[in-house]
Amino acid sequence: MSEPTNIKSIPAGLPGRRGKIFVEKPRNSKQVIFRLWKYLRKQKILLLIIVALLLINTTTTLVGSYLLRPIINKYILPHNIPGLARMIFLLLGIYLLGSIAGIFQNRLMIVVAQKTISIIRIDLFNRIQSLPLKFFDTHVHGELMSRFTNDIDNISDSLNTSVTQFLASALTLSGIIVMMIYISPLLTLVTLVIVPLMLLVASQIIKRSKKFFTSQQVALGAVNGFVEEMITGQKVVKVFCYEENIAKEFEAINYDLRYKATQAQLYSGVMMPVIQNLNTINFALTAAVGGLLAVLKGLDIGGLAAFLQYSRQFGRPVNEISSEYNSLQSALAGAERIFEILDEIPEIPDLPDAIPLKNVKGDIQFSNVMFGYDPDKIILKNISLRAKAGQKIAFVGSTGAGKTTITNLLPRFYDIQSGLITVDGIDIKKLQRNSLRSSLAMVLQDTHLFTATVMENIRYGKLEATDKEVIDAAILAGADSFITRLPKGYQSILENDGGNLSQGQRQLLNIARATVAKPAILILDEATSSIDTRTEQIIQKGMDQLMQGRTSLVIAHRLSTVHNADEIMVLENGEIIERGTHEALLKQKGRYYELYTGQFD
Amino acid sequence: MKKYFPYLLKYKKALWLAPLLVIVDVVCEIFQPALMSKIVDQGISQKNLHYILTTGGLMVGLSIIAIAANVGNIYYSSTASVGFSAELRKGMFNKIQQFSFSNLDKFSSSSLTTRLTNDVNILQDVIVMLLRLLIRAPLMLLFAAIIAVQINAGLATVIAIAIPVLSTCIYFLLRRGFPFFEKMQKRLDKVNAVVQENLINVRVIKSFVREDFEKKKFGGANEDLREMSVKASGIVVLIMPVMQLVMNVSIVAIVWFGGNKIIAGTFQVGQLMSFITYITQILMSLTMLSMTIMTFSRAGASSERILEVLNTEPDIIDSPLAKEKDLHVHKGKVEFKNVFFKYHADGSEYVLKNINVIINPGETVAIIGATGSSKSTLVQLIPRLYDVTRGNILVDDADVRNYTLQNLRNGVSMVLQQNELFSGTIRQNLKWGDINATDEEIIAAAKDAQAHDFIMSFPKQYESILGQSGVNVSGGQKQRLCIARAILKKPPILILDDSTSAVDTATDAKIRAALKLHLHGTTTFVIAQRISSIQSADKIILLDNGEIIGSGTHNELIKTSSIYQEIYFSQQLKEVDQV
Repeated sequence: MSEPTNIKSIPAGLPGRRGKIFVEKPRNSKQVIFRLWKYLRKQKILLLIIVALLLINTTTTLVGSYLLRPIINKYILPHNIPGLARMIFLLLGIYLLGSIAGIFQNRLMIVVAQKTISIIRIDLFNRIQSLPLKFFDTHVHGELMSRFTNDIDNISDSLNTSVTQFLASALTLSGIIVMMIYISPLLTLVTLVIVPLMLLVASQIIKRSKKFFTSQQVALGAVNGFVEEMITGQKVVKVFCYEENIAKEFEAINYDLRYKATQAQLYSGVMMPVIQNLNTINFALTAAVGGLLAVLKGLDIGGLAAFLQYSRQFGRPVNEISSEYNSLQSALAGAERIFEILDEIPEIPDLPDAIPLKNVKGDIQFSNVMFGYDPDKIILKNISLRAKAGQKIAFVGSTGAGKTTITNLLPRFYDIQSGLITVDGIDIKKLQRNSLRSSLAMVLQDTHLFTATVMENIRYGKLEATDKEVIDAAILAGADSFITRLPKGYQSILENDGGNLSQGQRQLLNIARATVAKPAILILDEATSSIDTRTEQIIQKGMDQLMQGRTSLVIAHRLSTVHNADEIMVLENGEIIERGTHEALLKQKGRYYELYTGQFD
Repeated sequence: MKKYFPYLLKYKKALWLAPLLVIVDVVCEIFQPALMSKIVDQGISQKNLHYILTTGGLMVGLSIIAIAANVGNIYYSSTASVGFSAELRKGMFNKIQQFSFSNLDKFSSSSLTTRLTNDVNILQDVIVMLLRLLIRAPLMLLFAAIIAVQINAGLATVIAIAIPVLSTCIYFLLRRGFPFFEKMQKRLDKVNAVVQENLINVRVIKSFVREDFEKKKFGGANEDLREMSVKASGIVVLIMPVMQLVMNVSIVAIVWFGGNKIIAGTFQVGQLMSFITYITQILMSLTMLSMTIMTFSRAGASSERILEVLNTEPDIIDSPLAKEKDLHVHKGKVEFKNVFFKYHADGSEYVLKNINVIINPGETVAIIGATGSSKSTLVQLIPRLYDVTRGNILVDDADVRNYTLQNLRNGVSMVLQQNELFSGTIRQNLKWGDINATDEEIIAAAKDAQAHDFIMSFPKQYESILGQSGVNVSGGQKQRLCIARAILKKPPILILDDSTSAVDTATDAKIRAALKLHLHGTTTFVIAQRISSIQSADKIILLDNGEIIGSGTHNELIKTSSIYQEIYFSQQLKEVDQV
């Protein structure tokens, strides 16, 4: 007799965010469902139990409503109190059973759903760890983040409640129709006249709201994008007194959103009440026609009572199916996007006979290397160079000449199109990638840190380093003095990518991190660009000590830091146009001379 | 709450029409079961076909009115809620436009963005709920209860018991669930933070071969999250089955007591049927009400974040005097008089101490000093990006606070260290400097900033579209575009804050030469690391720890300042020797 209910039925009718789901649709539902099933399958037994409990819950609700018929016909109307008491206990038993089944079904589904979500999340994260850098170059962080947040959330919500709710509603609906036909086929006709009307109205509303939701999403995206950009650049806005101009621009897109959002909210909002009221009309017609049938054709009162209960219950599953269907669609679309990432090709695995790089001397050779991020657009042309063990090789040249690209090739962040790169005489493609990367340390131009203590951040270079090793490294890198001045010294927690440190201090930590790794090969890409020259001079000693006995590849635009290199490569447009020692290059009076004297005009 | 009234004002009509239509809807719906019971009890038992048909017709009529009321309600509540959020967003956006730099420093830009987008959307949903569910549910509950009492006061006792029982159950479930949700949110944030860091740090992780380390870190955070999600969601999903249980038990009670009353002849079958429907409606409304309240309390956090923005008073504004005087910057003379500055009023140490310096129109001033010596802070005081804590800054012999911000900043052009370009064409970006600039002026500025050549090398040249923050140009190119944008303003005062750090030295020299040639009347401030960039300045200011420890020309400083010598030789000595 009770109406099937569900937690989701409440927000479903709201013209709120759930409506956004109209926008997306999986491209290949079957395949996505199959892959999701592969995850769910791991908990087959629990799922079977859940389905069984769901069947019990739905059946008890349907049977409970039906029992009204014998209760009225056989006991109340004939005045049979003991019989009524028995039926009451039966009814109570059935309802209790249903509720217990409902409680367990809901809880178990949460367990299954969250376990599944957790596995998907781990898979996604692990896959991202294995992807080549090229992937990260071509995907925006925010977009990848949204797979972890929005998409996973959608799947999580759906698995938590939508899947079972969808099933339960479908079962209830078919159960109701069966019971109606059983009680009175003639009266069922009334319902069957109203149902197509409901479906027609529902499909019309959905069609319109889909259209408006798509345009709302576009408008919302425009507003969000504009806000993000202008807030990020707010300081520039102020410097140029551009406040009024952008306020005007914002007003226009903001009001555009208002118009489209109102339409979208309207259409998504009317869905539930309209369907429900159509169902009330159904109820009214059933009551009237049922009354006529009772008078004219002798339909029993108990039967009519039970039928009317069913008729009242009819609207809810219809509503739920349509709203859950939408949320399932968006979950599938989210799952599809996640599977897309899972299908990305990871870094090419090591060759089966790849050898580990051991006792590295650090002899590096590039022979006729050609490379482009896009194979059709060659950036590095015919690069050949040799860094003997322990040598310092410097790269200079204007921005975009390809300096950073060269250093990215050595750890095999990218694989070259043709030519050969060797370390200690071995082709790096024939080395175990991890052993290759472990033997070199990079200090990059973009300095990034982890949310952890200073100590842990430096230790990142060598996980098993003792506290003393970490501190020694920090001293060598010239970072110790500012670290000890932090409130908690080495135990200070860095947050927001080291947001409370200056750019220079962050670079020092990066240098310390590389120092503690004690690598055979060192790559310094503008490692000291944000450090003022005085501080730089102080750490230069440490750096020199660090580079002692190590092969190092150094990129710097401050030529003072590279003049003592064993060989300087001048790059332009991806080619080495000059090479030699500082003195030799100056004598050549070529590009290097120009760069160098440009500093002292 | 009061703070939000202005944003709702425009939608006054919708605000009273929407609830009114909810009342119409509830009234239409509430009489349906009563009418149905009349069909059974009077129509059928008296075999009165006419009565059955008219009552049925009345029910259908009420439903149609209800549909109309609902559509109307949704129209008005959508208009009001969406309108409210649009007005609120506009209000916040405009407020942020008035913020000073120190106001902005208080919020991170990502948090401000979230407040303007997500948080506003959440409030929009709240308004919809307010205009619909929050009115509908209690009304429904009340009306259904009144009718139930009228049908049979004795049976209504069941309702009187069921309501507190269900309320208590929901209350305890929510009270238990809430802390779990908070914890879950924290753990979710942690998981997201790990992912975010991994995306930023991908090169570091790969170069140190720390993939497994990161996987373990993530695995731990993920497991923590899973555990808490099961706890939190596990409790909330119990609300519905518990409600179902309370409802079903009440129905059983009504069938029992009602059945007995029918047998005793004081109650009728139709009334029993309608009673069951009313109790269903009452308990459903109660549950909805509690869920709505739960959503409301979650929105509280969003509202707080929004109010924080709205309640922030911009701390740098035009004084009435400034508006009245309407001064403009013409010559470009700048004077610092006993200037002290700290970022937070309650901060213990001054970042700038006792700064005294006079710069004459047309001079080029270089500021040099170690990282953290407050070079950027010093120049940011000139266009009042921050206000001095003590002392005065005079531009053309008038205190900067006596200019309107607009006039002052129009006279001072600045290239920030952390500069931004905006999505749009290169031309649009450059025009930020001067919205009325002609093509010739734009090209001239680009040429001076050594940007013209690379711009012309793009297929669409000045019409090339830049991505957000200029992602599709290199760091050096971005800096040159920012310089071009600033000089297009042709300001009396130009400030370049380390704005050529990513530009190679040869190009840097060319930019300086061009500026010297074409902006010789402009007072120029240059912050730089390279001595070569500042050597030819009219005046060099040497900052250390917020204090001026030396000033003069290169030749003077090299003789008088040991620190200056140190910096100079750190950059040049070896090379000079070797040459």
